[in-house]
Amino acid sequence: MRVSKSPWLLHYDGSSCNGCDIEVLASTAPRFDVERFGIINTGNPKHADILLCTGGVNSQNKDVIRQIYDQMPDPKVVLACGICACDGGIFKDCYNILGGTDKVIPVDVYVPGCAVRPEALIDGVVKALEILDEKERAFKKEGKRSLTSSEYKALLEEKAGESETKEDTDASES
Amino acid sequence: MIDIRAVISIIIYILFTPMISSLISGIDRKVTARMQGRKGPKIMQPWYDLLKLFSKEAAVVNRIQKILIIAHFVFALGSGVILFGGGDLLLMLFSLTMAEVFLILASYSVNAAYSEIGAQRELLQMMSYEPMMLLCAVGFYLTTGSFYVSDIIRTSFAPIVTMPGFFIGFWFILIIKFRKSPFDLSTSHHAHQELIKGLTGDLSGRLYGFYELAELYEKVMMLAMVGLFFLYDNPVSIIYAVIAVGAVMFSMSLIDNIFPRVKWELLLKYSYIVTLFAGGANLLILSLFL
Amino acid sequence: MTCLAFLILFPFCIAALLYFMKTDSLIRTILVLIGAVSEMAATVLFAFTNMSDPAISQGIAYLDRTHEIDRVIAAGELLLMLLVFSQAVRFRKYYVMILSALGTLPILYMDFFGGAESTAMHIRIDELTVIMVLIVGIVGSLICIYATGYIKDYHIHHTEVKDRSGYFLAMLFVFLGAMMGLVTSDNLSWMYFFWEITSVCSFLLIGYSGTGEAVTNSFRALWMNLLGGLGFMIAILFCSTILRVSCISELQYFSTYPIMVMLPVSLLSFAALTKSAQMPFSSWLLGAMVAPTPTSALLHSATMVKAGVYLLIRLSPLMRASYAGIMVTAVGGFTFFAASLLAIGASDGKKVLAYSTVSNLGLITAAAGCGTHEAVWAGIMLLIFHAVTKSMMFMSVGVFENTTHSRDIEDMQGMIVRFPRLAFIMITGIFGMSLVPLGMCVAKWAALRAFVDSGCVYLTMFLCFGSASTLFYWIKWLGKIFMVPKGCAREDDKVGLTGWVAMYPLSVTVIVLCTLYPMVSRFMVAPLLSVMFGVSDITLIGNSDFIIMGIMVVCICLLPLIMRMVNRPDDRQVSSYMSGFNTGDDMSFFDSTGDRKEQELSNWYMSDLFGEKKIFKPCVILSASFVIIMITLCTIGGLLI
Repeated sequence: MRVSKSPWLLHYDGSSCNGCDIEVLASTAPRFDVERFGIINTGNPKHADILLCTGGVNSQNKDVIRQIYDQMPDPKVVLACGICACDGGIFKDCYNILGGTDKVIPVDVYVPGCAVRPEALIDGVVKALEILDEKERAFKKEGKRSLTSSEYKALLEEKAGESETKEDTDASES
Repeated sequence: MIDIRAVISIIIYILFTPMISSLISGIDRKVTARMQGRKGPKIMQPWYDLLKLFSKEAAVVNRIQKILIIAHFVFALGSGVILFGGGDLLLMLFSLTMAEVFLILASYSVNAAYSEIGAQRELLQMMSYEPMMLLCAVGFYLTTGSFYVSDIIRTSFAPIVTMPGFFIGFWFILIIKFRKSPFDLSTSHHAHQELIKGLTGDLSGRLYGFYELAELYEKVMMLAMVGLFFLYDNPVSIIYAVIAVGAVMFSMSLIDNIFPRVKWELLLKYSYIVTLFAGGANLLILSLFL
Repeated sequence: MTCLAFLILFPFCIAALLYFMKTDSLIRTILVLIGAVSEMAATVLFAFTNMSDPAISQGIAYLDRTHEIDRVIAAGELLLMLLVFSQAVRFRKYYVMILSALGTLPILYMDFFGGAESTAMHIRIDELTVIMVLIVGIVGSLICIYATGYIKDYHIHHTEVKDRSGYFLAMLFVFLGAMMGLVTSDNLSWMYFFWEITSVCSFLLIGYSGTGEAVTNSFRALWMNLLGGLGFMIAILFCSTILRVSCISELQYFSTYPIMVMLPVSLLSFAALTKSAQMPFSSWLLGAMVAPTPTSALLHSATMVKAGVYLLIRLSPLMRASYAGIMVTAVGGFTFFAASLLAIGASDGKKVLAYSTVSNLGLITAAAGCGTHEAVWAGIMLLIFHAVTKSMMFMSVGVFENTTHSRDIEDMQGMIVRFPRLAFIMITGIFGMSLVPLGMCVAKWAALRAFVDSGCVYLTMFLCFGSASTLFYWIKWLGKIFMVPKGCAREDDKVGLTGWVAMYPLSVTVIVLCTLYPMVSRFMVAPLLSVMFGVSDITLIGNSDFIIMGIMVVCICLLPLIMRMVNRPDDRQVSSYMSGFNTGDDMSFFDSTGDRKEQELSNWYMSDLFGEKKIFKPCVILSASFVIIMITLCTIGGLLI
């Protein structure tokens, strides 16, 4: 497939301790050299296929992540790298932290670790490439796009609403 | 009236350039990686990049952007056709200018900060390399008596003999043209660009693919210009030309890895000094003796 | 002959009528329309009758005995001098009185007490004359039509300026008449008379608004042009007393004493340099932009500055490899380069246009000074293309100013959406001025070849560097027009009928000329050059190139069509990239404290490199000293030998 042969990634650093970011940079350096898979760190959402998020989402950067995600052309995947990006990690209970990346945009691959090791990171990217291939196929055949951030928000709200109503019914039943 | 050889070379140019140019860029990337002690991407990676870009959607900012990028592509392709069809060097340069202008306008049309600064810098780059480009054409004319590529390749000696200064100047502006490190102001192949791809910052998917494709065509065109310095009425000269092209490409990768990006004032200053002293001096000598 | 008399005298009559129609009325507009249209018709008729005359290549002469008309002209000169005197007294600028008196009195003395008995004719028509008459007649008349609508709007917006619009329109017509006289007369003192009319007329037009700045600038224009006139006058005296020559055509083919001819030629070219605002004298043309826009359009495109280069082209066979030629080419080439750098630092639309005029005239001047047939070919082509394109550009900037009260290029953002019709005119103009398949660039291309062929290294360098900086200032302007701020909508452009009547034909001409210019070259320029240089074959640009350029024109014209086709609706529209802080409208962003901030984008002016304050003075000093040295050399050479 075409996209998986040249995945360009955009690295977004949310509310993190910068440990993961160092590892992301390390993976582009000679020892791990992700460019041998054709991966380029573009720095521009409009050229990127993979959004690689590190760090949690806080109330300041949630809109930034949404906007960057929306500006990426389809097909695209999102990688949450490191435990903070997965669910908020050590910062989870802070007053300003909303949680992991999936609180604002749909995440395709979760890569654990604190900090995430370059090997794990590369594994994660390879996993993401499979999903990217699928998405490309779906995009080509059915014109199926990834969810936009606002659609995703609506979806989350709907789910939250459902679970709330469910809780309500649970409460009333008991 | 229609020259069969010209038609064939045009067809070869149009059909095979993306492949060949990708290969050249791929080798360039591989060499760069090796210089940095990395393994580097596959040799045809730029080709895969291109295929990928065309399989993606184009997320546009406005409608004008699209038409301008396609115009950029058409004119870039067209100037190559003029070159490989044995046409007028000056006309080819003017057509290339036209292509650049459309690219800059596409960047302007977005009305976004990074694109706009990229466009301004691209304009500056254009202003820096344009005089030397024109002078090169003039040099070929003085050496061979014609602006037509078809005549230039039929001379009895390699033009480099009488125009070493022009060659130095041309080599210098190739750094700008190929967007290599000291002079990759408007947009860069590397991530460490303060403008976030500047000029091309708001192009995406297919549209960016058109830009990349035009870039590939332009690359081959510029290398053909390098070859033009070495080609003469002897088939052996093709080998010299290929060697020269290889040497030039290698020097480009080397420079890209050695030098940090300069400020725009320095770009303008350096390129004008080189144009004046390398190109101007050679022009003076040529016009005195011919 | 009747047609010619009509061409010259009719504008004066219209001017006299207009002068007395002080206020705007339908009758006045109709009068201007009638005047302009009949002038245009007469121009075309004149061109056809003369071009069909086989004798035109040798020049068709009229009026060989003209004592009475000579007297009339002498009286006219006296009148002009008195006019200048009255203005000088009124504004207390007494130095112009000296210049004017010095320029006029010796000529009057010569007219009455001897001078060379004219052996040839006073009026002579050849292809160059026809080309000039066509430019003045058609472009000039269109500008007059444009002026009727413009001046009405001008006075609506500039209530502080006293409404003297009748006088203004009259002056424009006087200008046309004077130009017609200038390009058709062969007698040097006749030419000088018309030359002085244009000087004084431009002075009056520049000072129209009567503000302090306008007065200062108008007097600057006056003294510079009178200084040039002084050079012209000395040349006439020298010609008639020493060379016994009174006609430019005799001078043109004067080959017996080439060194003797040098002095008048260098003085005449000095006059031409002042008139076409070359480098030490550029400031008057830049100052002229305080005047209402039709003035600028007229001064910059069809008349005034073109008079200078017309004279240079007439003299070009004499300038080849002479001191005068070196002076003219060096000043021209330098001006081309310097003015194009200066234009980068300007953001006022009219100022950029003014610098571009200076710059392009520099190129024409250099081509004329080069004195080879190829260079002159390029020069004439540049002259034609420049006149058509530049007048259109000025008109569109004028309309833009009347519509938005600004002529700053920064305010032209998004014109392609806001004023699509006006943007079309401007885009055509800028393409025509700078990019290849259209006029100016083709002529520049020819000029490059001609300069290379003539072996002039410094000219080639000037041209290469100059065309790069020319591109810079045009394209950044074009970029502003193409910028599309999100959410901007179409607005009402206050162009009015007269504006369109003037601008549309010109824009069509710009496009058509680039396909028709081989015809112009073949039927008008080539025969002229064969007489001037004895060369009949001019192939600067090959046939195959011409075909390719045709294809390019078609490509560009097809752009809007392709636009419709490629705009598939499935493309997703996204916001522009602002590091994720775009507020969503592409026009503002959230700053570090979360506040909304407007984004403001501006072009580069590089004013600490190429700014007016930085390099204008050094350029003037450099070129002035060069001109002085060359004139001195020519004088010494002319007088000693």
